Amino acid sequence: MSEYTSKPEEKFEPVHTNKVGGSPYKGVVGWIDNRLPIIRMFRHEYLDFQVPKSLSYFWSFGGILTICLLLLILTGISLGMHYKPDAKYAFESVEKIMRDVNFGWLIRYAHMNLASFFFIAVYLHIFRGLYYGSYKEPRQLMWIIGIVIFFLMMATAFLGYTLPWGQMSYWGATVITNLFSAIPLFGESIVTWLWGDYSVGDAALNRFYVLHWLIAFLIVGVVVFHVIALHIVGSNNPSGIEPKDTRDTVTFAPYTTSKDLVGMLVFLLIFVAVMMYAPNYLGHPDNYIPANPMVTPAHIVPEWYFLPFYAILRSIPDKLMGVVAMVSSIAVLGLLPWLDFSKVRSSVFRPIWKQCVFLFVLNFFVLMYIGGAPAEGIYLLIGRIATAFWFAFFFILAPLVSLVEKPLPMPQSIHEFEDWKKQGKIKVFQFFGK
Amino acid sequence: MSDTNNKDKTTRRDFISTVTATVGVVGVGAAVMPIVSQMNPDASVKALASIEVDISKVKEGQEITVLWRGKPVFIKRRSKEEIEKAQKVSLKDLKDPEEDKARVKNPEWLVVLGVCTHLGCVPIGGKGDFDGWFCPCHGSHYDTSGRIRLGPAPTNLEVPKYEFVGTDKIKIG
Repeated sequence: MSEYTSKPEEKFEPVHTNKVGGSPYKGVVGWIDNRLPIIRMFRHEYLDFQVPKSLSYFWSFGGILTICLLLLILTGISLGMHYKPDAKYAFESVEKIMRDVNFGWLIRYAHMNLASFFFIAVYLHIFRGLYYGSYKEPRQLMWIIGIVIFFLMMATAFLGYTLPWGQMSYWGATVITNLFSAIPLFGESIVTWLWGDYSVGDAALNRFYVLHWLIAFLIVGVVVFHVIALHIVGSNNPSGIEPKDTRDTVTFAPYTTSKDLVGMLVFLLIFVAVMMYAPNYLGHPDNYIPANPMVTPAHIVPEWYFLPFYAILRSIPDKLMGVVAMVSSIAVLGLLPWLDFSKVRSSVFRPIWKQCVFLFVLNFFVLMYIGGAPAEGIYLLIGRIATAFWFAFFFILAPLVSLVEKPLPMPQSIHEFEDWKKQGKIKVFQFFGK
Repeated sequence: MSDTNNKDKTTRRDFISTVTATVGVVGVGAAVMPIVSQMNPDASVKALASIEVDISKVKEGQEITVLWRGKPVFIKRRSKEEIEKAQKVSLKDLKDPEEDKARVKNPEWLVVLGVCTHLGCVPIGGKGDFDGWFCPCHGSHYDTSGRIRLGPAPTNLEVPKYEFVGTDKIKIG
């Protein structure tokens, strides 16, 4: 006899496969919300959502990046309707977009420059995280998801840059795909597999086009994770103190939304100015020469946003170790929540760490300069020192400063932090006045 | 319910689970294989893998570049000094030690892939500290035998499979 039939009926656990209901809305909206609760979710996460009231404009970059991503997808879809991923026609089709397609010039310049501005915003976003300790408990996973997004961005930006099939596209593609040949034993086979040929050519261009699309939408997916995690752990803020009661917070709408809108508008204004007046400033003139597999341009450089990492690659004289150093220079960011174990988040209260972060930023620009300079003589030496500092920042400075630094006296809450700010007891970053 | 009483014994259910898992793994493998394989060069790409080059017009000291498998191949008719220079180098001075003799079929003709072994750029002829080639991308210097002498490249310029056809032709591949 089975044990189940002997159990009295009232002991069965009730099941809830049907969860329809619970919406605060009436009518059609309520009917939809009862069956697909996205409306109440939106209200909960975007209208009534509590955020720290001390957020500065540095917290607008999440919203700015979202807008950039949406615009990139919109312009990308438009370009995809005219572009031909064929080694014979790719360059011509881009020129056709520039000359013949209605507003093609605008859409392409927008897409090109948005990619650059996406990186500008992401670098500021990462700086914000570094300066205010946004990577610390409980936001470690969110930070790591952010690094995954950064890797995906780099991949899709690289793939997108190959599509116009100019000299920089072609040789950039050759150099970057050859990074995989540094993998011991299987390197060459992997590169041939990536190319679908014995060199970068038509087969590679076609698949790069497909992957450029695929990764763009993968980014959207991972961004959703990033935002879900944000809505669980909540925003950090300039004080680095967690909100305790409603004196410390404001609702997302209208306070954060209106502040973010100002940030977005200022950012987009700068973007439009560059796109309209200097559309090729951030690009390289050699990419208007059609790809030629017989001649490498005398001075090949990646896009500006890759230069610091390119400098790290070149500063290591060994091929495999150079690639390892370049990849780990970014991946190491993921270890920061554990390498920096100071309990204080915000640099406002960390006098030594604050200096370290500024040095790190300075070093980032040094590497960027070196990445664009020829790999010889004094540049090579500076590049090596800067590379060493990059890793020292994470593996030596972060734990060391956590140990020896004595944090400044801190307020008990965010509203007290705001009072201190008004009294001039502490200084924080502000873009425009109060 | 007899299965629950003898847990150590292999049961019909265990057998079915194992068979199902095995078929599943083989099935997934069989499905993934063509997806991975489609990215490799196909037969038509491989069929283009050999070319014949007329070298009768190349004068001493001259170098021609031909495209083979989408990559440049340098065919250099070396001068006596260049041959001598390449042969004189001691193996101890080389990062990737290789005799010049092992890299040529006829010392007068050097045939190498014009692809830097660092990250795949095309080196420039007649430049660099060793009178062979210089790669503009990351600064690798090659000598008159196409051997790496200075810079980040790990190995010598690759010598493709080739043979002389008669006196004035080379078949590469």
